[in-house]
Amino acid sequence: MIVQALTLTLRLAIMVSAILLVIGVPLAYWLAFSHRRWKFLVEAIVSLPIVLPPTVLGFYVLVAVGPFTPLGRWYQALTGHSLAFTFEGLVLGSVLYSLPFAVQPMATSFAAIEGKLLDASALLGASRWRTFWRIVLPLGLPGVLTGLVLSFAHTLGEFGVVLMVGGNIPGATQTVSILIYDQVQALDYATANRTALVLLLLCFTMLAILYGLRRHGGWNLWEWR
Amino acid sequence: MRTILLLLLITTVLHSAAHTQEITVAAASDLNYALNDLASRFEKKTGDKVTLSFGSSGNLYSQIQGGAPYDVFFSADIAYPQELASAGLVESSSLRTYAIGHLVLWVPNGSSLGPQKLKMSLLLEPSVQRIAIANPQHAPYGRAAIAAFEHFGLKDKVASKLVFGENIGQAAQFVQSGNAQAGLIALSLAVSPAMKGSGQYWELPADSYPELQQGVAVLSASKHKPAAKAFLDYVLSAEGAAVLAEYGFRVPARK
Repeated sequence: MIVQALTLTLRLAIMVSAILLVIGVPLAYWLAFSHRRWKFLVEAIVSLPIVLPPTVLGFYVLVAVGPFTPLGRWYQALTGHSLAFTFEGLVLGSVLYSLPFAVQPMATSFAAIEGKLLDASALLGASRWRTFWRIVLPLGLPGVLTGLVLSFAHTLGEFGVVLMVGGNIPGATQTVSILIYDQVQALDYATANRTALVLLLLCFTMLAILYGLRRHGGWNLWEWR
Repeated sequence: MRTILLLLLITTVLHSAAHTQEITVAAASDLNYALNDLASRFEKKTGDKVTLSFGSSGNLYSQIQGGAPYDVFFSADIAYPQELASAGLVESSSLRTYAIGHLVLWVPNGSSLGPQKLKMSLLLEPSVQRIAIANPQHAPYGRAAIAAFEHFGLKDKVASKLVFGENIGQAAQFVQSGNAQAGLIALSLAVSPAMKGSGQYWELPADSYPELQQGVAVLSASKHKPAAKAFLDYVLSAEGAAVLAEYGFRVPARK
């Protein structure tokens, strides 16, 4: 039971942080360098999940993927099943929920890069694409990694959204946080305690490794370039 | 105009100052509508204020064990208040069965399946991919649903289709939103204003699951026992029973 829920939770967290890496980096780049007047609106939308209760997000996701909306019908037609109560549904909810935790540190570190370097790169004839790969990404890497780690950790600890859209199916949508909640509800405090301890140790080990790495300058992984 | 408003304000303030009794009621989710109605009637009658807090019976049970400051506990099951009574957390003298709950098979409007005609075999239709029930680990209606599946010999056939609501209210929401194509929910929710008209249901025969005796008791730690008992008496009165019946509960015969 614990193993199954734990594997599921880890799979969810890895998947979500991978997706957030792919959509977070371009979004953060845009937020850091765009001069659009309505940029503040996008910034506000990206940050919404920090202040919104997960229940609001979960409720909207559940309604959005239901059979009464175009999105829900489209997905149903495409795959033959509904997005609610599936692992994919959890991924969708978690990506939205962890978006600011990935994007904000990335955007901050991109914006902190000295303009001089970007100008120099452009003057030397590098394309924006090349500048991104050779200047922006290497210098912004600590932010990218922080974003990745935060979204991973945030997904591990997620509860409200999963409770709203998951349907508590072991092996498909029952994450560790839900399992613990369930065991407490079932008054099985001993098992709940064991499960909670496993999660606690896992999270602690992960954070300890990360902070240890950062202390030893391990963040700067691209130094060899 | 201003004087009228002022007068209104003063009377409201005086009025609310007059009732010092305010009770907090923990109740199983299947009572959502019935108890709201009962509480507002009781408030009008007595001037006492009733605050309602809904959840799954198991959840409320563990909250009470943890010292939650409720005055009355309406469970969807008699076992929880019974256990609390033996632990001394509720007053055993106040323990009563206030209603019998019923389980229905519910499908949302727009479904091509008729629950009246197909009955439980509806659950085996290929278009039914998800069946919502309350979590059997801590919600009495969830346990009743599992018992009913066993009774109809469907337990293994529906196992892969089940999704679990945190309480019977969430199970109802799963199926009403169309995310589950069928659900086993409380009759009291199926006939509630929020769900009536948005789906069809079939009432499961009473012998297909153990009777859902719903128990109530006053908490030993309650600081408003007179008001709490008055509310309990009101729910158990003929008027209270009529309201409960209106919301789909059968009321046990009284001595």
